[in-house]
Amino acid sequence: MIRRNWLPLAVLAALALAPVAGFASSYETTLMARIMILAMAAVSLSFLVGGAGLASLGHAAAVGVGAYAVVVLDAQGVTEAAIVLPVAIVAAALFSLLTGAIAIRTSGVHFIMITLAFGQMAFFTASSLSAYGGDDGYTLYSRTEVAGARLLENRLAFHYIVLGALALTWAVCAMLLASRFGRVLRAARENAQRVEAIGLAPYPFRLTAYVIAGAIAGVAGVLLANATEFVSPAILSWQRSGELLFMVILGGIGRLWGAMLGAVVFVLLETWLAEITPHWRMIFGPLLVIAVLTMRNGLSGLVHRRHG
Amino acid sequence: MAEPLLRLTGLRKHYGGLAVTDGVSLDVRPGEIHAVIGPNGAGKTTLIHEITGVVLPDSGRIDFAGRDITRLSLPRRARAGLARSFQITSIVAGFSALENVALAAQARDGSSFRFFRPAASERALNDAAMAALGEVGLGDRAAVPAGALSHGEKRALELAIALATQPRLLLLDEPLAGAGPEETERLVALLTRLKARYTILLVEHDMQAVFALADRISVLVYGRVIATGSVAEIRGNAEVRAAYLGEDDA
Amino acid sequence: MTTQLLLVQALNGLQLGILLFLVAAGLTLVFGVMDFINLAHGVQYMLGAYLGASLAAATGSFWWGLLLALPAALLAGLLLEVLVFRHLYVRDHLSQVLATFGVILFLNQGVKLVWGAAPLESPIPALLEGGVEIMPGLQYPLYRIAVLGAGIVTAGGLWWLVERTRAGMLVRAGATNAPMVSALGIDINRLFTMVFAFGAMLAGFAGVLAGPIFSVEPGMGDNVLILAFVVIVIGGIGSIRGAFIAALLVGLIDTLGKSLMPDLMRLFLDASSARQTGAALASMLVYVAMAAILAFRPAGLFPVRA
Repeated sequence: MIRRNWLPLAVLAALALAPVAGFASSYETTLMARIMILAMAAVSLSFLVGGAGLASLGHAAAVGVGAYAVVVLDAQGVTEAAIVLPVAIVAAALFSLLTGAIAIRTSGVHFIMITLAFGQMAFFTASSLSAYGGDDGYTLYSRTEVAGARLLENRLAFHYIVLGALALTWAVCAMLLASRFGRVLRAARENAQRVEAIGLAPYPFRLTAYVIAGAIAGVAGVLLANATEFVSPAILSWQRSGELLFMVILGGIGRLWGAMLGAVVFVLLETWLAEITPHWRMIFGPLLVIAVLTMRNGLSGLVHRRHG
Repeated sequence: MAEPLLRLTGLRKHYGGLAVTDGVSLDVRPGEIHAVIGPNGAGKTTLIHEITGVVLPDSGRIDFAGRDITRLSLPRRARAGLARSFQITSIVAGFSALENVALAAQARDGSSFRFFRPAASERALNDAAMAALGEVGLGDRAAVPAGALSHGEKRALELAIALATQPRLLLLDEPLAGAGPEETERLVALLTRLKARYTILLVEHDMQAVFALADRISVLVYGRVIATGSVAEIRGNAEVRAAYLGEDDA
Repeated sequence: MTTQLLLVQALNGLQLGILLFLVAAGLTLVFGVMDFINLAHGVQYMLGAYLGASLAAATGSFWWGLLLALPAALLAGLLLEVLVFRHLYVRDHLSQVLATFGVILFLNQGVKLVWGAAPLESPIPALLEGGVEIMPGLQYPLYRIAVLGAGIVTAGGLWWLVERTRAGMLVRAGATNAPMVSALGIDINRLFTMVFAFGAMLAGFAGVLAGPIFSVEPGMGDNVLILAFVVIVIGGIGSIRGAFIAALLVGLIDTLGKSLMPDLMRLFLDASSARQTGAALASMLVYVAMAAILAFRPAGLFPVRA
């Protein structure tokens, strides 16, 4: 277990030690929070893509639903985590259930396009919610409270809560993939015909996976809203979905922790390039193309190969 | 005589103007190997698709174990006890041989909506899978990735998968297709062993194997069953010989 | 809502539909023939708009702009095909999605670098200024009518090209059975390149036409791309006829929905919540329609592959 997963464990350990090792400035913790939250969303997407074979191009929408749950409740004066979190999870799961029920009836490229379209639907809906800022977004003046305490305002506490959420996401997704449920998913990804021939219909398994991944993305959305204290429709734009998918591919499909690695590299690269030039996307875009054309198994594939 | 396990009544399927199965009726009795043979284009593949539920017949009905399954979905038929092998081997190549069979055992053993326990550590599933692997002679290949098995081993693995679902009927779609002479010999021996315990509907091109294995044979030509009978009866049937004239009688 | 307004909105919807068709046509052919999912098709529309607007400004004539923008868009498509897309045909859809996503990032930003982030002016050509009285007392912009006409003529030409010419026959055959076409001794790669460049030019053409109506700005292709995806999914991937019908449908639903929904909601809600709920519902309408159609016909209205 530890030998096989030394790299992701090392990443988690580094994130755990970073604040005590002197990386505790607002800039540094903000950057790390962004990495960890996106990693969480990416791991849940990797569970879908690598585990269930569902390449969703609308995963950011579920993140956005979670973030907007925070906004909507905040506008009603509700900031208690005990309410916010369940509402966000249920909302994101419900969104995934409704869209997934239709999307999963299709496969391959249809699935990619339909998840993309549903993601856009969420985006435009968020843009038209003028009560919550519409296009301009909504500023949260206080973070979500935990049992009435302003725990998340504390930089360190927030860091470790996000880290815990990420570790938990990884553990839960890994557990699911190893379970009976996950075994059916993995088998159906490779050979749905075989799974049907032994008496199992893949659809309910895939839909369940889709809903679970959506719920996790919803939690990531709550954390993201709290990290940035600002939510706009951009959070669920299809470009965000594309970026999440890129983290998964960059890290390597088929290894959950690859997505974590992908998120780290993605955010650091993006941050670094953005400091060099405002037109960093002109470098980033071609890098993406090159990465796709040259790396077939992602970063975790490279690591895996070297360590046999 | 015992009630047939599987009974097809007047299965008809048209594609455009072409009747691919044109009123096929046949039955499979408990304990027998019933072989379906026929020249290419006779409608064997479509017949299998109708029985397994890949395509729905335009008319006719399918009774299995005393129950009308004509309109049941594919997985439901499988759960009712209809296990199949595919003409082109269908296994999960990325799984080990053991996990392939354990998956089938899992499908048999209640709900697969279990989220917590690692499936690989479920003794009952692994034991059932090992038993099925042993039955087809793959006991010592359990840990090998299924994709890395030889062609003959893959065919045997597919049988083990079918057996692990504890089926009432095995539907074998050309189990010998693509097998070399040695592999064929081994697979025929394996099928002979299974014959004692399972009811089998066998669709096969290899006449020698069919004559060696089958209790009864139905001959399908242009979507119709032109004869059903024992091996001796079919060998002596003039109409069957005529249908196969010019065919390479392998 | 008066009949007059309804008529104007219906015309606007048709004209959006026509533009969507021009974009979707290339997308559906490229996907149908090459099994290639090209997210960057939307930026080719954007590129067309930018090229049209800036070439028009440089030459002082919309018409010269249009005339020069078309081959420029074609060239851009060829360049992208050779540099990037060609290497992706054999890859899985996921790789195609990501690599073409990279192209979008590059071009959206590249446009900002060259032309700036502010929207670009794209004036209506003098010849087509003003309006036409389509009903007593009802003026409709001449330019929009011209766009509608140009789109319909192009659609007709495209139909002729695909249904009646040898090249079109090969494209259709390629969409149903690519191996067969290459077995006939046709250089399938050259066919791919041609279809690709042609699709890019159509998208560019749509961009030039759209310039004076919508704002020419970075990212303008992204929304059009997604609507075009909805169009080809509804129409059946690879089907030109399906794309045409679905494009008009989507254009009408989107435009009419946005103008009618808030009014409809006023039957149930007060003015301000009606406006908001109506707008939210209207923006969902196209996707709901897609979902409804797919629920009954998972392969779209006119599936190409049986």
